[in-house]
Amino acid sequence: MQVNIYEGIKMDNVMTLTQLPQGTKALIVSIQGGHGLIRKLNALGIREGVEIQKISTGIARGPVVIRCGNTEAAIGHGMAQKVFVKKK
Amino acid sequence: MKILLMGNPNVGKSVVFNRLTGVDVISSNYPGTTIGFTKGCINIEGNRHEVVDVPGTYTLEPTCKAEEIAVQMINEGDVIINVIDSTNLERNLNLTLQLIKQKKPLIVCLNLWDETKHTGIVIDREKLEKILDLPCVPCCAVTGQGIKELVDKIAEARLSRFNFNPSDRWNVIGGITDKVQRITHKHHTFMEKISDISIRPLTGIPIAIGVLFLTFSLIRFIGESLIGYVFEPLFENIWSPLILKLSALLGGGGFFHDLLVGKLIEGQIDYGQSFGLLTTGLFVPLGAVLPYVLGFYIVLSILEDSGYLPRVAVMVDVIMHKLGLHGLSIIPMLLAFGCNVPGALATRILETRKERFISATLMSIAVPCMALQAMIIGLIGKHGFIGLGIVFGTLFVVWLVLGIILKYTVKGTAPEIFIEIPHYRLPYFPGLLKKLWMRMKWFLKEALPFVFLGVVLVNLMYSLGIIQLIGKGAAPVVSTLLGLPKEAAGALFIGFLRKDLAVGMLAPMHLSLKQLIVASVVLSMYFPCVATFTTLIKELGFRDMMKSAAIMVLSSIIVGSLLNLILFAL
Repeated sequence: MQVNIYEGIKMDNVMTLTQLPQGTKALIVSIQGGHGLIRKLNALGIREGVEIQKISTGIARGPVVIRCGNTEAAIGHGMAQKVFVKKK
Repeated sequence: MKILLMGNPNVGKSVVFNRLTGVDVISSNYPGTTIGFTKGCINIEGNRHEVVDVPGTYTLEPTCKAEEIAVQMINEGDVIINVIDSTNLERNLNLTLQLIKQKKPLIVCLNLWDETKHTGIVIDREKLEKILDLPCVPCCAVTGQGIKELVDKIAEARLSRFNFNPSDRWNVIGGITDKVQRITHKHHTFMEKISDISIRPLTGIPIAIGVLFLTFSLIRFIGESLIGYVFEPLFENIWSPLILKLSALLGGGGFFHDLLVGKLIEGQIDYGQSFGLLTTGLFVPLGAVLPYVLGFYIVLSILEDSGYLPRVAVMVDVIMHKLGLHGLSIIPMLLAFGCNVPGALATRILETRKERFISATLMSIAVPCMALQAMIIGLIGKHGFIGLGIVFGTLFVVWLVLGIILKYTVKGTAPEIFIEIPHYRLPYFPGLLKKLWMRMKWFLKEALPFVFLGVVLVNLMYSLGIIQLIGKGAAPVVSTLLGLPKEAAGALFIGFLRKDLAVGMLAPMHLSLKQLIVASVVLSMYFPCVATFTTLIKELGFRDMMKSAAIMVLSSIIVGSLLNLILFAL
């Protein structure tokens, strides 16, 4: 599967999950969080290299909802800011 | 032999458990319905085996308390049934691979098998069996399909010889799903579209308000229809004549007469005022409260099984964080509207002590149970809608203000929300009925003994003059601060047993609307009923419960006095 995920990525295409526009698909390039956060997300299959689609952003720094494979998950705003994605 | 049911949250372990053991546990369509663990038994070829419904876990590297419990329980098990959501094979296999490394005999149950057909997923079961080197049984637990095959194959559970590098798990899984799973059509399904619009704030919030409105209307409609067309005619036309005969038989007076029948009002039975075991004692739980409780649980069960509630949790997350909680705490709050006891138990889905303390306290203070609400509606509703509006509006403001205060005073953190959002599912009707039946049975078992005990106590206390004594002692608070008659203290006393009965005691006191409002608010807030109280001691621990109780008493006196002042000034 994905090994060289950083290859050919222009940095201006990389943004946090919170910045990603609603409805867009993206690849997760990196999760800039502690071990706990990475493990938590990983348990649901949300990890570097996978494709996700952003479903919605809550108002007033509300949770971000994404679809990842057949799983939908709501992620708190603070956590979502630590997830960097590359728009497809 | 001890059989463990393990799997991701919300894959239907509890439904499989119900099917295997016949023990009834509540299942819903959101993660975390099973918080502790439930045990039951199953007979396989004449041998009794214990079955344990383990809380759902995504991984064996625990990320929360429920998962820690699940991991600890592995050591106790002899056989593990890994329940899988077939519509989400990839994510579920993550746990399966971890379970394989646990070196316990394992069998895989491919639950929700029927749903793969609608979603265009084709799974090659035989190939999966071969790769995992484990028996894999397709099943649909809600209808019971495949359960017999699962039971037959439990004996074939075995240690898998499937070898892989654990640190490369997701790639291994990718390899497996590539081989065994074919997705025939992957376009936006109808359900996915509904899912999206009901969670996006712009469309989701109006939908939520609509659902809330519909919920209340439905509960009212069911409650009022049942009372008007079923329970009142039953009590008035069939039960009353019987009781009047009994009354005559007992001589129309005396201690036993008053205990069973109560006081006759102008020679007739008044179910609100007579206060005998067979009159008010039966009417309050059955005639006044049960219809609304039934209405509430019908609507709640549909909401639960459809999968809508986690979406509400996501939308209210921002507000709940202002109260030191997070979105998911809407679930204990909602359950508490039915009865505070299941609400208190559901605080376990929250991770930190701070969240559990705040949600338990707010729930006990500001969320009146259906029984209490039904009585308040019966008593104040007669005077029009404004009185009810003031009562529920006050409780809502208390909920908000107290929540904000507690957020800044209770030590600890409220973690950010991180939940899986289940797919919408059409509730399975027989399952719904069963859940409703369980809840009604539970309600009657909880309510009837306490109401009866309460009625006996009320009679004893009146005839021994204890009520008057309590009234005198509590007069400074009850009369001076709250502006209620002294006898209302007796209702506060009985409210510890059953709050619905306590509101019932207010009926014969001829209170003014203002007094009724103050009394209803104070009764809702001042203390939990004994059933909730004992549950909360178990959930929070004795010390935290004492703190919580102090907050309840204090805030009810403050709010009651303020309300009395404001209403008096108007």
